[in-house]
Amino acid sequence: MSETYSLRNASGSIQQSAAGYYQRWRLIKDALARYGVIVGGLGILAAIILIFFYLLYVVYPLFVGASASPVSRYAVPEPSLGKTLFLEIEEQNELAARFTDSGRVVFFEAATGKPVLTQAIALPEGVSVTSFAPGRPANAGVFAYGLSNGGVIVVRNHYKVTYDKDVRKIAPELNYPLGEAPLMIGEQGVPLDKVAVKWEDDATVIVAKTGGKIHLVSFEKEQSLFAEESAVQRTDAVVDTPSENIAQILIDKNGENLFLAGSDGSLGFFNIADKNAPALRQRQNVVETGLAITSLALLNGDLSLLVGDSSGQVAQWSKGKDELNNVVLKKLRVFKVAGQPVVTIDSEQRRKGFMTFDAGGKMGLFNSTAERRLLEEPLGAHPIAAALSPRANALLMQGEDGQIHFWTVHNEHPEVSFGSIWGKVWYESYQKPDYIWQSSSAANDFEPKYSMTPLVFGTLKAAFYAMLFAMPLSLLGAVYTAYFMAPAMRQLVKPTIELMGALPSVILGFLAGLWLAPFIEKHLAGIFSTLILLPVGVLLFALGGQFVPKAIRHKIPEGWEGALLIPVMLFTGWLAFQVSVPLESALFGGSLRDWFSREWDIGYDQRNALVVGIAMGFAVVPTIFSIAEDAVFSVPKHLTVGSLALGATPWQTVTRVVLLTASPGIFSAVMIGLGRAIGETMIVLMATGNTPVMDFSVFQGLRTLAANIAVEMPEAEVDSTHYRILFLAALVLFLFTFIFNTLAEIIRQRLREKYSSL
Amino acid sequence: MIKSWFKSGNPWVWFTASAVSACLIMVVGVLGLILVRGIGNFWPGGLVQFSYQEDGGQVHEVIGELIDTSITPAAMAKVAGFAMADGEDVLVQYQIKTGNRDVSGSDFRWIQERRIKRQSTPPELIAVERREWGNFYGRLVAVKESGKMIAEGPEAMPVLQERLEAALDIFDKISYLEKKKIGAVNYGLERLRLERRKLELEKRWDADAQQRIAAERAVLDGEYKKFQTELMALYRDIRKDSFVAAADDGSEHEIALAKVVRVYQPNEMNVFGKIGHYFTKFAEFLADDPREANTEGGIFPAIYGTILMVIVMSIIVTPFGVIAAVYLREYAKQGFTTRLIRIAVNNLAGVPSVVYGVFGLGFFVYILGGKIDRLFYPEAAPAPVFGTPGLMWASITLALLTLPVVIVSTEEGLARIPKSIREGSLALGATKFETLWRTVLPMASPAMMTGLILAVARAAGEVAPLMLVGVVKLAPSLPLDGNFPFLHLERKFMHLGFHIYDVGFQSPNVEAARPLVYATSLLLVLVIIGLNLSAILIRNHLREKYRALEG
Repeated sequence: MSETYSLRNASGSIQQSAAGYYQRWRLIKDALARYGVIVGGLGILAAIILIFFYLLYVVYPLFVGASASPVSRYAVPEPSLGKTLFLEIEEQNELAARFTDSGRVVFFEAATGKPVLTQAIALPEGVSVTSFAPGRPANAGVFAYGLSNGGVIVVRNHYKVTYDKDVRKIAPELNYPLGEAPLMIGEQGVPLDKVAVKWEDDATVIVAKTGGKIHLVSFEKEQSLFAEESAVQRTDAVVDTPSENIAQILIDKNGENLFLAGSDGSLGFFNIADKNAPALRQRQNVVETGLAITSLALLNGDLSLLVGDSSGQVAQWSKGKDELNNVVLKKLRVFKVAGQPVVTIDSEQRRKGFMTFDAGGKMGLFNSTAERRLLEEPLGAHPIAAALSPRANALLMQGEDGQIHFWTVHNEHPEVSFGSIWGKVWYESYQKPDYIWQSSSAANDFEPKYSMTPLVFGTLKAAFYAMLFAMPLSLLGAVYTAYFMAPAMRQLVKPTIELMGALPSVILGFLAGLWLAPFIEKHLAGIFSTLILLPVGVLLFALGGQFVPKAIRHKIPEGWEGALLIPVMLFTGWLAFQVSVPLESALFGGSLRDWFSREWDIGYDQRNALVVGIAMGFAVVPTIFSIAEDAVFSVPKHLTVGSLALGATPWQTVTRVVLLTASPGIFSAVMIGLGRAIGETMIVLMATGNTPVMDFSVFQGLRTLAANIAVEMPEAEVDSTHYRILFLAALVLFLFTFIFNTLAEIIRQRLREKYSSL
Repeated sequence: MIKSWFKSGNPWVWFTASAVSACLIMVVGVLGLILVRGIGNFWPGGLVQFSYQEDGGQVHEVIGELIDTSITPAAMAKVAGFAMADGEDVLVQYQIKTGNRDVSGSDFRWIQERRIKRQSTPPELIAVERREWGNFYGRLVAVKESGKMIAEGPEAMPVLQERLEAALDIFDKISYLEKKKIGAVNYGLERLRLERRKLELEKRWDADAQQRIAAERAVLDGEYKKFQTELMALYRDIRKDSFVAAADDGSEHEIALAKVVRVYQPNEMNVFGKIGHYFTKFAEFLADDPREANTEGGIFPAIYGTILMVIVMSIIVTPFGVIAAVYLREYAKQGFTTRLIRIAVNNLAGVPSVVYGVFGLGFFVYILGGKIDRLFYPEAAPAPVFGTPGLMWASITLALLTLPVVIVSTEEGLARIPKSIREGSLALGATKFETLWRTVLPMASPAMMTGLILAVARAAGEVAPLMLVGVVKLAPSLPLDGNFPFLHLERKFMHLGFHIYDVGFQSPNVEAARPLVYATSLLLVLVIIGLNLSAILIRNHLREKYRALEG
């Protein structure tokens, strides 16, 4: 305050005495500097706020739900060409197609409904379409027509994209991968009631219901090594099951599993890997009695089946194993979609999401992993057909009113919900709900597993073991250094330990991973015996000192115990290692590691929490030591002197006076050390196996949030869900350390005020 | 007596003392470990020839350097699956660097002492450092020129050394041509391409411009052809010579001199020879480019990259840090705001470094860098210029990371300057800024220096954020070179700390790379300790000085 006052006076006098240009310039400079400095100082505040809000800004879209907005509504194009069996939109949302029951395909502009092209499937004279189904895999664009004469036509629709002077042109192309002529299934002339197809270039499977039987027909292309032409081999089989009430047939994209849904709610699950002998795996009711299956779809990846029922629920059933190790369907979760029957289910083609329509025309968007309803939007009319575009960013719905609704959908991060990040999730083909972090895989239809719980667990576990190692060392050391140590020795010790803090973590990590980890693996018994013998050795030495004649004892200057102990501890350590070898042979059959796994069923990873604890503990010691030592050292002298004068021993003074007074400072030292242990990256990255497991064992590896970021960030696609989740991990780290540091700093500021008042 | 001793609390004092001793032992132990392993790396180990009995019973020769010895007690060895005789107490094993990765498939093997029939150190054994496939150990058989034998037997070695020297000369010329000359031509061609694209985008790609660019291009193409012919001739020369050496299994191998760095006979060397060898290797380590996926050769680009990054960072962090400290100490009213700022500074210091990396990647690289690219480098699209990790973003990110270090240190320096000095200056009529600029800051400059040194030490050892914002395992070109505009802030660079991580953990041949990692660690530790010690010294000196002033 006094400074500003004097300055104002000074500048005032300058203004009065001289009005020259130079004087004014001086004042301008002064003012400029003032504002510059203020801006600079507040910049620090801005920086930390910027970091926080930027992280938040990147993370925020994860928690924004989906939205959909209507683009247009138009009458069904070319209504004279038959009723709609199926709707489709191509990837760019420009073209859409309507498959009709007269065997026509009407292509129209998705946004306006303007017909572009109509193509006809070559139906034989006098034959009509009796059943129709889109094939698997979903992105192959394959469709099967079941005909009244017992034939099947498989059609493939491929959108060809060409560029002419940077203008995109999309043209549909229909072809017949199995030939234009209908393939006869079952008896000639008996119509196909239901049909399903799975198509691949070299293996096609058709399942159809005709004449009271379920027929399974497989075509395999056998590419001979020398011949140009390949022969197609056809296999016919009949699925042995009552078929009267089969309402829906689904084949998975590998052509190995077949699902037959009955209108009574029963579901038959068949193994058709052997095309000659389809075998029943399981038959069960998948809806409650009294309800009916109203829609059925496979989730992307074809590991799960979505069953919509007449009560408005969609249940996800996924392949798993039962107690006898048989492959069965298990109910993973249920989505309450609406109060009315679920009429259609459309799965996304790239994620584990799906779209539903209920009988009232209400659309719902869901994600199975996140168990999340992302959107609910009434479209108004009873749906006849609906389609979700391959990128899941647009939808078409034809209502009973003869109108087609075209909507765009924004649904960037459906796989994220509070539950999918922090809770247990029952992933497809897992035995039970679990916490899993597995962010990417080579497969396209992989279900990303973004549970941060194992990472947070790993972070806390690493921090716990590090603190377990560092706290006793640093706090006891700080008390001794600040209170008992001779000043001459303190002047050496403090910088040395501070130097320890300057060692780059990459070097500690390298030593931990490549030197310490193999060393501990080899000398596990030695490490344990050192832990036990070291305190004993110190105690014995100290006790022995009591019996040394006083004359000699008094020659040793006070406060140099630490220096005396170095050779003692080195010797004890050496002794412990020597003793451990025969002990290990005698007590543990040669190897303590094997003994642990044999007797206690504790596995041993070379890079484990013990290694991390020691290495990261080493890195944290100087942080805690330095702050705690300051706190203890600045306890006002009159307090300790007073205590000693009242007859307390030095140790009593330490425990009852010094520690109590300095405890806030020690607490903040521990907080800051903990913050450092939580955020440390390189040491954990190098000294653990980085396996995201949840295991308390000190001999198991772990993966921390920080290491996870370092490992995966360079590979994450910008603005993808993975990228944002990694930012979320960074934000969590930021908040963790922010809380610890702020707490510590506030306590320290309080303490400083207290000391100055004492 | 013991009871009263316990009651006095004395044992606990000893315990606290032992904690300090343990810390000291660990610090010294870690430093000693790095020192011993790092320093020993370049010393030429002798080559030992063993007659070794394999599992099958047959005896053959194994030649290699003795690397490590392991002694396992009998019980443990049994558990590990070794057959132990009753009388044996321990199993002694040696790790041998056998080299010849192209012949045997691996560089190292463990052998058991009990199976060694004979061992000797024949002086004629040679060690060949190659540019590919690691070291070769064996015996020299003959030297060849264009496939014809020119020397054999004992006289082969001098001839080989002579030829090798010539080959290394040519090799230097080749790398000079390839890296410097042709590199510059390629750089010029790329600039022309970008210039053309830019003119096209600006609709100024007219006849004039076309002519000019074509002319410049022609010049560069001509140069390129010239260098190419020179290069062809050099390659012809260097491929001429080769030598034949026998490996320990008796097979003979022809090794082209173009692929050889050095041939020596370690068992023949005397102490001075070894010292000479040591320093040549050490110089190579400091000044050469890495070879063989960074596991051999030098670390020059990493040193260079680290220094450059630290310099750019210092230029950014010093003014900001000093201004913030000046604000906190000289301008701000002590109160809520300063408390808030102090909390912010402490948090900046406490935020995990990897979070800075994430922030730098998202904010600096993608947002700022992307914007810069769109505004200033539209011609380079779709390839990013600043929109990708690079030296500049790494420096800025680390500047943010080390800001608290500079602030805290400078503030401490400012706090130690006696008030009387400021008041004296103000009383003489100086403005506040003049007081600051002429008296306070000069006096505090050693404190700033301390802060800067500590910041540099921190930055030199930091790896996690750098992995995200610009460090790569192998940078094709240095960020500062002879091509205009000389300093390429957008380039990626190599860094000592990352080099340690990468070579030690990501390299395909960790075992072979380990000595080099220890050497690199030693270098890094020495630099960082040196910086820290100098900072401590300056700080102590400063404290003394002001104590005198106050008194």
